[in-house]
Amino acid sequence: MSVITKGKVSDVDKLKDIAKKVRINILHMLTKAGSGHTGGSLSAVDVAVAIYFSRMNFNPDDPYWKDRDRFILSKGHAAPLLYAIMAEAGYFPIDVLNNLRKIESPLQGHPCCKSLPGIEVSTGSLGQGLSVANGMALGLRLDNNPARVYCIMGDGEIQEGQVWEAAMTAAHYKIDNLCAVVDSNGLQIDGPVQKVMGIAPIHDKWSAFGWHVIDVDGHNMKDILGALDASEKTKGRPTVLIANTTKGKGVSFFEDKVEYHGITPTPEEYEKAVKEIHNG
Amino acid sequence: MGERENKGQEARGKGQEERKPKATRDEYGEVLLELGKKRSDIVVLDADLSSSTKTGKFAKAFPDRFFNMGIAEQDMIGTAAGLSLAGKVPFASTFAVFETGRAWDQIRLTVCYSNTNVKLVATHGGITVGEDGASHQALEDISLMRSLPNMTVIVPADATETASVINTVSEYKGPVYVRLGRAKVPYVMPDDYRFRIGNAFTFHVGKDVNIIAAGITVATAIKAAEILKKDGIDTGVINMSTIKPLDEKTLLSVARSSKLIITAEEHSIIGGLGGAVCEFLSENHPVPVKRIGIRDTFGCSGNPDDLLKIHGLTPEDMVRTVRKAISLI
Ligand SMILES: Cc1ncc(C[n+]2csc(CCOP(=O)(O)OP(=O)(O)O)c2C)c(N)n1
Ligand SMILES: [Mg+2]
Repeated sequence: MSVITKGKVSDVDKLKDIAKKVRINILHMLTKAGSGHTGGSLSAVDVAVAIYFSRMNFNPDDPYWKDRDRFILSKGHAAPLLYAIMAEAGYFPIDVLNNLRKIESPLQGHPCCKSLPGIEVSTGSLGQGLSVANGMALGLRLDNNPARVYCIMGDGEIQEGQVWEAAMTAAHYKIDNLCAVVDSNGLQIDGPVQKVMGIAPIHDKWSAFGWHVIDVDGHNMKDILGALDASEKTKGRPTVLIANTTKGKGVSFFEDKVEYHGITPTPEEYEKAVKEIHNG
Repeated sequence: MGERENKGQEARGKGQEERKPKATRDEYGEVLLELGKKRSDIVVLDADLSSSTKTGKFAKAFPDRFFNMGIAEQDMIGTAAGLSLAGKVPFASTFAVFETGRAWDQIRLTVCYSNTNVKLVATHGGITVGEDGASHQALEDISLMRSLPNMTVIVPADATETASVINTVSEYKGPVYVRLGRAKVPYVMPDDYRFRIGNAFTFHVGKDVNIIAAGITVATAIKAAEILKKDGIDTGVINMSTIKPLDEKTLLSVARSSKLIITAEEHSIIGGLGGAVCEFLSENHPVPVKRIGIRDTFGCSGNPDDLLKIHGLTPEDMVRTVRKAISLI
């Protein structure tokens, strides 16, 4: 059994290299697919890579292994990020990425747990992942299973009321085997989050809901690892990382652009983007 | 479809008439408690209605396996899905309106699409909720649940069936919606009845007309059939407690043996049992069908008996409807 153990990749440079590869694979599959969500996939890469490759126990040969740590991509439109990570982790051959969004592909437009083992729960309708993460964490706790649960949300996503229901639940039930992340890239579909429907102050809101809140530079690997360490040590309450990120991160001409939420690269843009990422 | 051991049993089960009516939610509370004693993987969630849904009994006995989610149905469904993904068998309960309406998208994504092992057991289905009025009377819940892929939809007729249903679904893997009621209902099923998913229970096959009922309307149909029999109208009664998957085999054979089918439910005539029966028969064995139910309207306050009267759901109403329907064919 090829269990990938905790701390397998603790080297910051190695994690950065994985992040580069993941970014390139995201762009590759989006270019091939011709549709999908570019900006929000790129903004969460560094946090997701840090969680998956520096923390999580999992086994691609036994995706339902009961002691695995769980990862829920609540912002399901960032599916390409999840697929690039799973390919890197060995859940499926890399060429499967060519089939993103194609008919009968396991790589559905939004993550589907029934078409791709290793995905914990189907997402895509925003605001639901944290509730599921709570349930998993409660179930693991009932079994005295030390596995941890991770859940990544968007900053627009936290406008959903259910997120705050779940925020209450996690604090009420003192769920400390859970680490949530808000990918705070400041943008959603119709514009800047603060303009569409203000959610500031994010930190204070989560704090008021009883969470241990850690602000983190979402593109600084060292910073992220430090925050993940702190979350593991936090007992009696849940932890949320407010990851300050840039939408489209890694590709200058996508960065911080509202329109690149749901636009994919042209083949020319792809070539340019790959060069930037290699040099970045 | 499995064997149909229940088929062909005539009339009501022995001794049932002497027993005092009991609300299906009361039976649920008791059965859940017993299940909790036997199985440590059973967990229960409620949304601040555990005294009404009767999950409170389980909560008291197993506080570590009971999660009150507060008045937050959407979160309750997601949490239940998460618990099931961690290997638990969650029963999530609240009133049918809130369970299916408030949290429909959550049920769709994290229960049905994710095909998780979540048991949605809602109480306060139908108009017999009574005095609380329309906001609390679920008349569309079956329709909402039935349209979801992977979902099984069950409406028990009495306490006996409820017990069997709850035990059965606790062992079945996959999403289930069970609709229970607030008001007391008479016992109609035999003592030794065993529910099977997708198997209707045939009280009697009528040569003239057959009533396909579910929930409280089963007892109503039995009474109506007795009245009609005196008039020489041979009326069959079938308890179609599993509304999805429909017992197509039984339905087909009943439709072949009489010239008229009546459906009866404490639910909108749109999308529920009547809808399901019409969909199937129109494609497979077109026969006239008359749907008895709530006629595309909201409920209102009142005691359950008065509400049944104004919505035409008493045995006498049913008799009138059957006679009229016969006269039209
Ligand atoms: C319930 C729901 N409503 C609307 C959408 C459509 N939608 C997809 S992505 C998105 C914006 C998300 O913004 P954010 O959470 O900030 O994500 P990110 O910026 O990381 O891409 C919207 C509205 C959805 N998927 N789910
Ligand atoms: Mg955003």
